[in-house]
Amino acid sequence: MPKINWFKYSSPQAFYPLIGKMIPWFTVLAVAFTLPGLYFGFFVAPPDYQQGESYRIMFIHVPAAWMSMFIYVVMAGYAGMGLVLNSRLSSMMASALAPTGAMFTFLALWTGALWGKPMWGTWWVWDARLTSELILLFLYIGFLSLQAAIDEPRRAARASAVLALVGVVNIPIIYFSVKWWNTLHQGASITVTKAPTMAASMFTAMILLTFAFWMYTIAVALMRVRCEILERERNSEWVAQAVGRSR
Amino acid sequence: MKSRHKRLAFVIAGLTGLAGAAALVMNAFNDNMVFFFSPTQVLAKEAPEGRAFRLGGLVEKGSLKREDDGLTVHFVVTDMHKTIPVTYKGILPDLFKEGQGVVAQGKLETSGVFRAEEVLAKHDENYMPPEVKKALDEGKNAAAKAGATVSQ
Repeated sequence: MPKINWFKYSSPQAFYPLIGKMIPWFTVLAVAFTLPGLYFGFFVAPPDYQQGESYRIMFIHVPAAWMSMFIYVVMAGYAGMGLVLNSRLSSMMASALAPTGAMFTFLALWTGALWGKPMWGTWWVWDARLTSELILLFLYIGFLSLQAAIDEPRRAARASAVLALVGVVNIPIIYFSVKWWNTLHQGASITVTKAPTMAASMFTAMILLTFAFWMYTIAVALMRVRCEILERERNSEWVAQAVGRSR
Repeated sequence: MKSRHKRLAFVIAGLTGLAGAAALVMNAFNDNMVFFFSPTQVLAKEAPEGRAFRLGGLVEKGSLKREDDGLTVHFVVTDMHKTIPVTYKGILPDLFKEGQGVVAQGKLETSGVFRAEEVLAKHDENYMPPEVKKALDEGKNAAAKAGATVSQ
């Protein structure tokens, strides 16, 4: 088996054509998981014994909430890598992931509010789970605006990386908030250690949509990083060639 | 030591310090971060007196009474040890049922009745189709009957 030099792809020039080839695949996979996921969610999964049909919002809510936390960890990982190794591509990946993470956080908060009104009787409560998720949204927004506020890309990357790394403390707080404190938000239905406390067809729909969200995230983050590479390397020879060729 | 090792050490030291600080803060906050108090805590005077607070627990089975105006309800909140009677005037959420979790915000009157201004239903993490719930309940009843006959 030929040995692949992975470090080759840490250079934007080598990575750029590779992601160009990867994007269509992840887009196709995202659609391929979304369609059966929605079908299972709307037509196969039975109504809940207490909530009737309105529990179905969790098929979007739960994967979105998972993604909001997971993307943050990956983003902070890339930001930290950029800080330590001084690699340009890592900080570009971090800034490419941030808008998608912010979107999923918003989606989780919004769908939660829509479900909370009929079920709990309120749109919003200041319990530990909801508050820490809102802080996550502010962290994403802070990360994005800090980056936008500094013109020089290297300094912007360094400043926002520190913010991203500090914010990582919030992730275990969100995840364990329902265990550590008594909250209005219910505990986790799906954990690594126990069997899920929901019917199998409900679980299938949720897992399919989770994969769909993953694929979507990878696809849009790669699209964004491609733009970012072109923008930051616009004065280099290879960009002039690459853009010239595709024209 | 290369400069990138030095930076890595800085990041790791910074994160460790931060995690430690966060753990201490959370520990200090622990008592103030409760969303609601259980009836046992309230009767042990742990809840703030004379101020509004949230009372959480299960709605005791058979305790829900509705007044003739259709809006005022009386029920009992229990944590399986102690109970507190609650009155509330307003619309109850969909998930409000006897035997279900509930969080009520309001004040404890001197008579020992909790006057709620807002009642929220607390949902648990179980999701299942109605048939499964029915089968589970029937199984539980059968088991209870079997237990009763054995003890006789």
